[in-house]
Amino acid sequence: MNNDNSNKLVQAFSTALEIDPALVKDELKYQGIPEWDSMSHMFLISELEEAFEVEIDTDDVIDMSSVAKAKEILAKYDISF
Amino acid sequence: MLLQNKTAIITGASKGIGRAVATLFAEEGANLFLISRDEEALKQLAVKLGSDSNKVSYFAADITDQDAMKAVFSEIRQTKLSIDILVNNAGIMEDAVLQMVTPSLIDKIYQTNVFGLIDASKRASKLMLRNKQGSIINLTSIIGTHGNLGQTIYGSSKSAVIGFTKSLSKELAGINIRVNAVAPGFIDTDMTRKMDPKFFDKNMASIGMGRMGKPEDVARVILFLASDLSAYVTGQVIGVDGGMII
Repeated sequence: MNNDNSNKLVQAFSTALEIDPALVKDELKYQGIPEWDSMSHMFLISELEEAFEVEIDTDDVIDMSSVAKAKEILAKYDISF
Repeated sequence: MLLQNKTAIITGASKGIGRAVATLFAEEGANLFLISRDEEALKQLAVKLGSDSNKVSYFAADITDQDAMKAVFSEIRQTKLSIDILVNNAGIMEDAVLQMVTPSLIDKIYQTNVFGLIDASKRASKLMLRNKQGSIINLTSIIGTHGNLGQTIYGSSKSAVIGFTKSLSKELAGINIRVNAVAPGFIDTDMTRKMDPKFFDKNMASIGMGRMGKPEDVARVILFLASDLSAYVTGQVIGVDGGMII
């Protein structure tokens, strides 16, 4: 497990969604809380791209439906957790 | 200077209105990323506009080529410069009465004037999101606002730009990214010089101010929309047509 990347991921979610880092769990889902709506999803993508220095494709932006899915998608960009 | 410490991306930057915008923005202190298919013209322009106080970079790319545009924006992102302005200027105009319109003509015009513009907006606004501020200026046309015979496809592509501008302005207003459009009339560019003389004369006669517009006339309005002078303006379409009536 890569703790550094896990911390970056939690920080990116927390910053983009303006939520407590403790809430960033694998089970957290897109539109599962009021803070994770379509607009904050755009901020989230921006934060993740900046944190991991990747450019996330549109299909992956659409597919990113949970924290667990975000990890799965980022793995495609050679980011391990 | 109105654009000191600002960075702008300009498509279709090598000639006409795009070139005038690049020149004016450089005079106002902006860093520039210039995009066009014409590498040689871009290179010369970049050399001319760069100075100690502003950086000018260029990319030879076709805005309809999504892979190329992905690579361009990836390079822009890697510079870590904050992107403040996008000028979606690249566009093409071809005329045909409806019964002579082919699917390939529709595809060609829409790929550049609509799909390419949407793609560039999507990529640039993503870069603007982090700073929660920015200005996107889309080039439409008086043909998009008023229509014209023989220009159903060009005109409708430019009308699509207006619809896109208005909806995107609402989507991004809450994060302080402004989206506006400029609708030039009859402007002295390569595009209008290729026009059928019959239409050229008719257009000239319809301009209230009695002269063709210059690319610089349009560039100054784009500067207004790019700068903080228009900080509370979004979702607007500003005509730059010298009182032209279609």
